Amino acid sequence: MKIGTFTIGGGYAMLALIQREVVDRRGWIDEEEFLNMIALAQAAPGIIAVNSAIFIGWRIGGWKGVVGAVLGAVLPSFVIILLIAMVFSEWKELPAVEAVFKGIRPAVVALIAAPLVKLARNAMKRPTPSPSVKGREWRNAAPLLISLAAALAIWLGHVNPVWVILITIVCSICSCFFRSLR
Amino acid sequence: MLYLQLFLSFFKIGLFGFGGGLAITSLIQMEVERYGWMSPQEFVDIVAVSQVTPGPIGINCATYVGYTATGSVWGSVLTTTAIVLPSLIIMLSVCRAYFWIDKRFHDNPYFTRTLRMLRFTVIGLIASAALMLVRPETFIDGISWLIFALVALFTILPEMTKELIQKTSPPLREGLGVGLSFLSHPIILIILAGVAGYLIYA
Repeated sequence: MKIGTFTIGGGYAMLALIQREVVDRRGWIDEEEFLNMIALAQAAPGIIAVNSAIFIGWRIGGWKGVVGAVLGAVLPSFVIILLIAMVFSEWKELPAVEAVFKGIRPAVVALIAAPLVKLARNAMKRPTPSPSVKGREWRNAAPLLISLAAALAIWLGHVNPVWVILITIVCSICSCFFRSLR
Repeated sequence: MLYLQLFLSFFKIGLFGFGGGLAITSLIQMEVERYGWMSPQEFVDIVAVSQVTPGPIGINCATYVGYTATGSVWGSVLTTTAIVLPSLIIMLSVCRAYFWIDKRFHDNPYFTRTLRMLRFTVIGLIASAALMLVRPETFIDGISWLIFALVALFTILPEMTKELIQKTSPPLREGLGVGLSFLSHPIILIILAGVAGYLIYA
């Protein structure tokens, strides 16, 4: 699988490429199944590209397919990063390299922070547009308090993100349960 | 002992890593800081390298941390295996139950609501990853903040100006769209920031 090699910038960039290769060119699975796969790969924990590879591998070739697809998705990045890590540990002390990274570090923080705007916007859209009364649109933003609480707990409270995720899952299941009682 | 710690940590990261690369970054950061496998600067550098190299960010980060923490290739093999393993277990059980789940999971309120809640938590996770990286080591002076502001601006620019661009004439619209999406690409921005860093600090 050549997909691993050519994708840059994480899961979402990868999905379009996987679609072209697996659905359009090779016809391994059809469009509808592909969309189901994306939903599953995103819902399951772990790296989205790896999840997709496991699904496709299983559909095509069972166990052998899974092994092949996972290796195909992981190995190229693994080798590239390993080489970089080896070289970089030698170069780290060079003043020029240090200068370059002084410029890059704040940029990385910005690249992590800036997509939050889009993510927050998308998350606020309700799956089924509820009849939002005028002046009540702020209600859609209320769940962002969850985000805020999570961020503060991890940042200032040094709570492990794993706990935050577990608490979210438990709370959500409880609230569902109580809703079903009413 | 170090190897066991690495394995357990990255297994945990794979198991709870909802929401893709950036959210996984914040999980990795927490483990890295807790065990002191590397300094905060080193971690930011790794995220930068992970973003400019091909492949999933989670895999890139895991491989790099494994190598840096142990100084050996086996550390990388271990962390990468550990982060993939939970995916394998979960996805394979999901695949076996695929047809059963396919009918159920779209309208199961427990499932859909929990996923929706997790989306908001993931936003918080990513925000905390960014906040934890705002420290004296990464932001050394005013120029750092300038770079931060510019990169953030260019990243959200295509999204913010979408409607404005739609109003302009077609050829201009095309050109602006292509230009902006090129300029807002993480790799381009990281390269530009690196060049700026070299010119300013070297």
